Amino acid sequence: MAHDIEIIEKTPAEYTYKKRNADRAMRGQLMMFALMIFMTLISFTAVQAGFSPLFVIPVILLLAAVQVGLQLYYFMHMKEEGHGLPSMFMYTGVLIGFLTVLAFVTIIWW
Amino acid sequence: MDLNTKFTAKSWPDHPETATMEAKNKFVGFWLFLGGETILFATLFATYLALRNSVPSGNDFSTDTLFELPLVFVMTMLLLTSSLTSVYAMYHMKNYNFKAMQLWLAITGFLGLGFLGFEVYEFTHYIHLGFTYGNSAFSSAFYTLVGTHGLHVAIGLVWLSLLILRNARRGLNLYNATKYYTFSLYWHFIDVVWVFIFTVVYLMGVVG
Amino acid sequence: MTTAANTVAQKKGFGATLWDWLTTVDHKKIGILYLIGGGFFFVLGGIEALMIRLQLLVPNNDFVSAGFFNELITMHGTTMIFLAAMPLLFGFMNAIVPLQIGARDVAFPFINSLGFWMFFFGGLFLNLSWFIDAAPDAGWTSYASLSIASTGHGIDFYAIGLQIAGAGTLMAGINFLVTIINMRAPGMTYMRMPLFTWTTFVASALILFAFPPLTVGLFFLTFDRMFGGNFFHVDGGGNTIIWEHIFWIFGHPEVYILVLPSFGIFSEIFSIFSRKRLFGYSAMVFATVLIGFLGFMVWAHHMFTVGLGPTANAIFAVATMAIAVPTGVKIFNWLLTMWGGSIRITTPMLYALGFIPSFVMGGVTGVQQGAAPLDYQLHDSYFIVAHFHYVIVGGVVLAILAATHLYWPKMFGTMLSEKLGKVTFWFFFIGFHMTFFLQHFLGLMGMPRRVWTYNKDQGWDLFNAISSVGALLMAIGVIVLVINIIMTTAKNERVGNDPWEDGRTLEWAIPSPPPFYNFPQTPLVRGLDTFWIEKKEGNKRGYIAAEPISDIHMPNGSFIPFVMTLGLFIAGFGAMFRLEHSWGLPVLIGGLVLTFLAMATRSIKDDLGFYVTKDEIIRTEKEILRSERGSN
Repeated sequence: MAHDIEIIEKTPAEYTYKKRNADRAMRGQLMMFALMIFMTLISFTAVQAGFSPLFVIPVILLLAAVQVGLQLYYFMHMKEEGHGLPSMFMYTGVLIGFLTVLAFVTIIWW
Repeated sequence: MDLNTKFTAKSWPDHPETATMEAKNKFVGFWLFLGGETILFATLFATYLALRNSVPSGNDFSTDTLFELPLVFVMTMLLLTSSLTSVYAMYHMKNYNFKAMQLWLAITGFLGLGFLGFEVYEFTHYIHLGFTYGNSAFSSAFYTLVGTHGLHVAIGLVWLSLLILRNARRGLNLYNATKYYTFSLYWHFIDVVWVFIFTVVYLMGVVG
Repeated sequence: MTTAANTVAQKKGFGATLWDWLTTVDHKKIGILYLIGGGFFFVLGGIEALMIRLQLLVPNNDFVSAGFFNELITMHGTTMIFLAAMPLLFGFMNAIVPLQIGARDVAFPFINSLGFWMFFFGGLFLNLSWFIDAAPDAGWTSYASLSIASTGHGIDFYAIGLQIAGAGTLMAGINFLVTIINMRAPGMTYMRMPLFTWTTFVASALILFAFPPLTVGLFFLTFDRMFGGNFFHVDGGGNTIIWEHIFWIFGHPEVYILVLPSFGIFSEIFSIFSRKRLFGYSAMVFATVLIGFLGFMVWAHHMFTVGLGPTANAIFAVATMAIAVPTGVKIFNWLLTMWGGSIRITTPMLYALGFIPSFVMGGVTGVQQGAAPLDYQLHDSYFIVAHFHYVIVGGVVLAILAATHLYWPKMFGTMLSEKLGKVTFWFFFIGFHMTFFLQHFLGLMGMPRRVWTYNKDQGWDLFNAISSVGALLMAIGVIVLVINIIMTTAKNERVGNDPWEDGRTLEWAIPSPPPFYNFPQTPLVRGLDTFWIEKKEGNKRGYIAAEPISDIHMPNGSFIPFVMTLGLFIAGFGAMFRLEHSWGLPVLIGGLVLTFLAMATRSIKDDLGFYVTKDEIIRTEKEILRSERGSN
């Protein structure tokens, strides 16, 4: 039966292994957080520095996209297995969303 | 499923959020919901971009004069940090450390509350300047986009408080582990949306 | 109740039965609720259609006023799309898809029930507009330039009613997706799923991505009309074209949300009554997914005449025509499924045979309009009306009628009369072509759509009269169907597992109607057309069990979905009358509080479901067997 949960006690070795993996993953998450903060700082500084919009806008959009990717893949665990289906639907959503935005900034012009 | 099954840190499954059939369903269903939310926000962003700075004649509100970046920066930091604290909460959830998880979630909640407070302050400030909801197409699109995000934060806070209070006495089990996990997904998604809001609305607004 | 399937439920009084239906989370019962709700709105929309045709029967008619005519066409379109076609399809999806994949229930039984009640209350809200104030009158597309200017509360009813019903639809979509992803029986791989399940899957994915834009659009409309928003008010800097884009980003996939499950139903029918495996199964699956995907790339073909510019028009024209390719693949596969098959002309098969030429005509006129320059000629003429009725009636409504006959025995345990079924078909089919075929020519002769009346001697009189008579024939067809249903229910002759004798998929391997837990043991699937494989190998039981009989976990019924929806329904009235009555705001808040309390109750109260014990399952199965022997 799918509804009964088998309780499996981990051996001490398995448990230490799990803990070590979890701790390592958590350190990775912290790194990603530092990276996100760093990118946010770059975005705000780039805008405040007063460079040409033609330069600043692509850069901050790119940084936002990367940052969102980090959120999804690390903080929301999309890089782990068992996320094939969620990724497929998220990417479809992003694609359709992108088309919507593209249409609204290009063909609504009067 | 028996709620009384007691786990220890050693018998707690590696992936409690998908350990039961119901949990698997919730997990997939919530991800699909987020896929739909992506389109919802994309439509709001698209409308905002189409109506940005579109004001009736004699009305001089525009993105580059209205927005104040320091405030937005503080809000961004609050929300980004709250994303990290909810990662910590999930770390402790997976280690079956209930108290630490509740604590980190409470911190997440307070950071979210701080964010919401600043947002309310920001909105009242704008309204004070005369930039009301009905001021122009620009204002309607702005408040609807940013306000929908704020509403998501508020709903998240209510959800979080219900979770924390409801489960305070009985601890973690496989029934509520998924609820905590989907909450953290939701919270990260709010952060994802905010990344685009501060970039597209505020930063690009100031750049012009 | 003497039927075997309801053995576990004892004979109940009226109150208990009503309570049972209000709180049910059983997918089979919710399927029936959808059929009742959708059927009711189908009749309502049909009556509106008849009034439209009566008005257009003769030139210069004054049967209804111009304003009332606008309300009629708006409500006819909105009702038929949102409240009739979609819920009726949901009814069959609910009743059949879990059985086809060997599941005991859907993934989220509670949300399933919530989705139904939101549809029903949303529809009710919309239709109460006839009695309170005025019905919406800006067309089913509710273009902002009209809907912003419309006086009275009609458009408010439209926006709030559809918001509620749309949220329900979104929930139903997610529920079907997760059910199909997670609840398939062992061995039921994606490429072994019956076509109706596949099309349900793709249509649900379309719902997931198409309904959020509608939600947003309706919010904009609501804010503009009731809360001082400026999205579409040009004098406030707004832009009415935004509504058109948002509406069609939703609206075009909506067509595929309706037509893909219909394709699925016909695929089942062709295969069953040709006694042959569906030709080109993998190509059919691929075509379904491709249609779903392309469905999102073509919305602006509804807006060629808006003036998007030649580049945009060209891109959308090409994308539109591309959809004809996978659709063509499907048509040929159906024809080749029949090729060399041993065909039985039953009522469902008649509908399927009628569907092919009808739908092909709708498709061909669609490609014609896809050519942007020609569309400038055809736009807003009766040609368009003819086109989309050939697609929606020739595709979707024929599928719904076919499925009604095909799945009636599975859902209710008794067979609709084949003789009356064929009478219904011929009346409906002839009436349908009579009504809409000539409208192509009316359009080419220059008759604009949505006109209240027309002057005589423009060459339109005869065709309009014939068209109206055709509508009457369709109505007769539907009335015969209703008589058929009443007679069949009164006779109540029970049928066995596989009443059509050529069933191929799992739903035909279990009793009609199935016991509430569907499968006493989860089936093991060994290939496409599971039941057919087992039948051919002489397996009397119809499926192989994947597990020993053991306790079955089932969800509890709940009254919370009803209360939650009731709260929104009440809040809707509050929002609408907020500005002119002092009770508006309190009612708005009160309704929302009711909904919120219901949600909080749901999240605080643990609902772990219950177990059907092994003994109870064995007892029930024995009783079903006994009563089947008794009735034969």
